[in-house]
Amino acid sequence: MKPKTIERWSPWLLLIATLAIWEIICKGFGVSEFIFPSPSRIAQQMIEYHEVIAGHAWRTYWVTMVGFGIAIVVGVLLGFVIGSSRVAYAAVYPLMTAFNALPKAAFVPILVVWFGIGAGPAILTAFLISFFPIMVNIATGLATLEPELEDVLRVLGAKRWDVLTKVGLPRSMPYFFGSLKVAITLAFVGTTVSEMTASNEGIGYLLISAGSAMQMGLAFAGLVVVGAMAMVMYELFDYVERHTTAWAHRGSQNS
Amino acid sequence: MSNAFVDFQNVWLAYNDELLANNQFAVEDIDFKVNKGEFVAIVGPSGCGKSTFMKLTTGLKMPSKGKILVDGEPVKGPLKISGMAFQASSLLPWRTTLNNVLLPLEIVQPYRDNFKTNKDAYVDRARKLLETVGLKGYEDKYPWELSGGMQQRASICRALIHEPKMLLLDEPFGALDAFTREDLWCILRDLWQEQRFNIILVTHDLRESVFLADTVYVMSKSPGRFIVRKEIELPRPRDLAVTYTPEFTAIVQELRGHIGAHRQALPTA
Repeated sequence: MKPKTIERWSPWLLLIATLAIWEIICKGFGVSEFIFPSPSRIAQQMIEYHEVIAGHAWRTYWVTMVGFGIAIVVGVLLGFVIGSSRVAYAAVYPLMTAFNALPKAAFVPILVVWFGIGAGPAILTAFLISFFPIMVNIATGLATLEPELEDVLRVLGAKRWDVLTKVGLPRSMPYFFGSLKVAITLAFVGTTVSEMTASNEGIGYLLISAGSAMQMGLAFAGLVVVGAMAMVMYELFDYVERHTTAWAHRGSQNS
Repeated sequence: MSNAFVDFQNVWLAYNDELLANNQFAVEDIDFKVNKGEFVAIVGPSGCGKSTFMKLTTGLKMPSKGKILVDGEPVKGPLKISGMAFQASSLLPWRTTLNNVLLPLEIVQPYRDNFKTNKDAYVDRARKLLETVGLKGYEDKYPWELSGGMQQRASICRALIHEPKMLLLDEPFGALDAFTREDLWCILRDLWQEQRFNIILVTHDLRESVFLADTVYVMSKSPGRFIVRKEIELPRPRDLAVTYTPEFTAIVQELRGHIGAHRQALPTA
């Protein structure tokens, strides 16, 4: 096999190897399915409960996407404000950093009081956890313009707005798409965590109820599904990033 | 000389009020006149305020003391009749070379308002300009597909597309290898000879300044002052071969002497 082909298939090979070792350990040591289910058991449970899992997965998926959508809108707007004004940057950034340091799971009980059990807390948790990287990246892209370029444009009578739209925004696009990849995985974390305590639907709820019923295979199946959804969305944004801002990745593509 | 195109009258600049209060100036007592169509070079060690000087000329900075007139008018804000190019080409990587060159027309008046309707004419103009600097066939390439010298040529085209009366160049060839640099000297010389806009070239390459300019000013470092004004009386058009003549070398050495002499006069740390 050529090195390139090996590189392409390496994640799958690693996955298969991991599953094989896992299976061997579970079978070889006779580990109880109630403690640590083997991959074959998880797969079997996944097939057996596929309708239940699909229903919960869909719920988690759309809730995450709504929260993520709000995060994009809010993150871009805040990032734009922070990145385009020094004063706003100085004022907002420290507060935002402090906010980001709070564990978002701690918000769930408060959100339940405000919005009740259901989609509301999950959407908001997904939003709260994922808007920060988007905001930071947009702000960074805007705030780090080359001073020379700004001089070239300012001498032509360019307004701040011109500089932002002609240079700042296109320049921050790679940062933006990069941040979406991080944010979408965080959003799934937010949704799942919230569903574990504040929902009767979704993968998070499935994890808790399967766990309390000692259906470890089902619980693991739920984890696999969340991971797979996050992975697919990550790859999607990675693809979008590479095809919209190719100019920022020329080094890695040429080699 | 009342008909000077650029006229600095005892200009002092401190970067902020605190420095001003301490009498710490980035440039001091600059008295400087440039005639219409003159090619001026300013040389000096790095950090001597050459770039500050450019910001003053274009109106990006206002002097703390003194007065600056350009084309008979006092400078009050950014001067749209100027084009600028720097050591870093700072082309936008998501725009093609052609669209990079067109960028100023999307911003500066009067082109801005009729950019969409006259776009074809402007594209023609940009293509012609790129052709004169030897970039024909590279219009639709992206900047990162061009060599350093080509990027710098495109950057100069961007500075010239709105037909400025004054071109300000801040060490535009500083990052290029010697051969490419000499190539670009000739391109700049030809552009200037053809269109006769004013050029103010800031550089620390003495040979470059002597080869290209009508008048060379030597600046000293902290305080940034002009210490020598030297008219270069080599006949035009100048060929690259002139840089190997004894006359040329003598001028370069004389200017070098001024910079060296001044440096020795400074107290050593």
